[in-house]
Amino acid sequence: MLVKAKGTQQSVAASRLLDGEAVWLGTGNIWVEDVAQAAVFDGADAIAEALSFAKAEEKRQIVVDVYPLDVEITEAGTRPTHLRERLKGIGPTVRRDLGKQARQPAA
Amino acid sequence: MPDTHSPALRSNQPADAHAAVYRYDEFDKTFIFERVEQFRAQVERRLKGEITEEEFKPIRLMNGLYLQLHAYMLRVAVPYGMLSSTQVRRLARIARVYDKGYGHFTTRQNIQFNWPKLEDVPTILRELAEVDMHAIQTSGNCIRNVTTDQFCGAAADELVDPRVYAEILRQWSTMHPEFTYLPRKFKIAITGSPNDRAAVQVHDIGLIAKKDEVTGRVGFTVYVGGGQGRTPYLAVKARDFVPVEEIIGYLEAILRVYNQLGRRDNIYKARIKITVNEMGADKFIGLIEEEYARLPRQKFHVDPAIVDAIQTHFAPPPWVDLPAVSDSFEAAKAADPAFARWTRTNLTEHKTRGYAIATISLKPIGGIPGDAESSQLETVADLADLYSFGEVRVTHEQNLVLAHVRKDDLYPLWKALDAAGLGTANAGLISDIIACPGLDYCALANTRAIPVAQRIAERFADLDRQHDLGELKIKISGCINACGHHHVGHIGILGVDKKGEEFFQILLGGDAGTNAALGEIVGPGFDYDGIIDAVETVVNTFVNLRQPGEIFIQTLARTGHAPFKEALYARA
Repeated sequence: MLVKAKGTQQSVAASRLLDGEAVWLGTGNIWVEDVAQAAVFDGADAIAEALSFAKAEEKRQIVVDVYPLDVEITEAGTRPTHLRERLKGIGPTVRRDLGKQARQPAA
Repeated sequence: MPDTHSPALRSNQPADAHAAVYRYDEFDKTFIFERVEQFRAQVERRLKGEITEEEFKPIRLMNGLYLQLHAYMLRVAVPYGMLSSTQVRRLARIARVYDKGYGHFTTRQNIQFNWPKLEDVPTILRELAEVDMHAIQTSGNCIRNVTTDQFCGAAADELVDPRVYAEILRQWSTMHPEFTYLPRKFKIAITGSPNDRAAVQVHDIGLIAKKDEVTGRVGFTVYVGGGQGRTPYLAVKARDFVPVEEIIGYLEAILRVYNQLGRRDNIYKARIKITVNEMGADKFIGLIEEEYARLPRQKFHVDPAIVDAIQTHFAPPPWVDLPAVSDSFEAAKAADPAFARWTRTNLTEHKTRGYAIATISLKPIGGIPGDAESSQLETVADLADLYSFGEVRVTHEQNLVLAHVRKDDLYPLWKALDAAGLGTANAGLISDIIACPGLDYCALANTRAIPVAQRIAERFADLDRQHDLGELKIKISGCINACGHHHVGHIGILGVDKKGEEFFQILLGGDAGTNAALGEIVGPGFDYDGIIDAVETVVNTFVNLRQPGEIFIQTLARTGHAPFKEALYARA
């Protein structure tokens, strides 16, 4: 179930309209397929601004199901704090040959 | 090519000419092809931005298309679980061409594809329409795919063929103008046998066939208001007997009352089970009866001519007269212990002498419950053509069934299944687990369910141990929505989120069968690593307590939960 984001560091997740691929808003307002490359927005104003851009992208038929998620910054890049969001960034744990993990072994 | 007894294969008929599936007439075909083109236009308009996601979402859901954690998911209807081999091959093709080479069979006897692209879905639906299939009524607040007993038309204990009435219900409910926007989704299960193999008492409406001892008429006992989810209820008996010809009128009355009184203000209270239990069963049933008395009965009377016409689609295949005992079958059992073991769990008595019903396990040890690769689907289709009149059934326990296999053919059938990873001798045993997709796929889940099922199966991988334990049904849900039927597992497992970590509660004593019961939570939950040990503790406690001949649920009923609770928490 979608977990409400309440931390000070958040990213913005969505699914690409055309194929449903999980994507995150990256630096420079580009959608990225690797959660480690998701931009981290610090504080309420930055998060609100990012969400506003993402919602506009929904209206441009680029993405759907936009929402914020809590993240932390690690050496490997942006890491969701909640299991659900970490799995979204990887793929099914029961099929390592599928999803993002199949093409990004380091994720 | 192996020997075949299939009369179709030996003639010029299609191999699945005798498969008991409802074959569409021109009206049906026109309808579903028009529906496909309608959806194609809607997808094009969505991609052009002419309709918003808010407008498009209910449209895609009415066509079975969800958005899940990693991708879209298309749920395809398998009406009452019946498939021809042609349809199975088409599902295999769709999985291979448009998805990632596999499909997932669900507890509603449907199949799901986990990775379709939005732009491909109209073409997928067209491919389905070509073989009389679609994704209608697999989502949304409508009457969903009616489910039934996977042994229908073959079971020795059957009073009436439920497929006929399931098909009548399908035709009655499809695009029914009053029931397209119900307060919430609505699930009906029907069994033609007094022995419930369709979990009817945990459905919004459950129908169990019954014969009136005085008049000899056949009808249904009607249950209403059952369901699982966050607020589980067993259905209450609305009427002990409704003659088959009156069943549509009676269900129309139930749906009308629910449609009017169901809670549309709160999604968590919108199912009929809440309405029945908030109002009180007696009052709700009284309203049904009032509505039923008001209905123009003749309009809803099931015309015997229609029943006869539909019955032709489910005519028995051309069984032949066979001896009750097959020498080759008996010899194979004696010679091959692994085959003999499979026959003990995966065969069910057939009503026709010399035949058997074979359950194909989609639960290989360590596998994903309900998943089948394209190549496996094609193997099943080929074997259905060879040995079971080109017909395949899907069970609500996420397995497949070949319903009409000659006993002479069982050994070659099993060898071919085994070679394809489909021959596990575990139907009804501890590794035959229902598990929802859980957090590995589902956007609603709190925890994973599949890997828990896999690890339990691996812990009990020894088939001799499983057979010694006997019937033991484990059902696992990754969240409170209970898609994994945990409320009615002999051992139910519910995944819960505890501060971002996966925890699992154990319920004991549920039963989806004739003696339906809801399980009770036994105590505090266990973490991801601890849940497997906890299940083994429950099982070992059963082994220590059981009396000769008892299965798990019987021992539990005799001893109560206390010794299991003590075993689980004394060691904590």
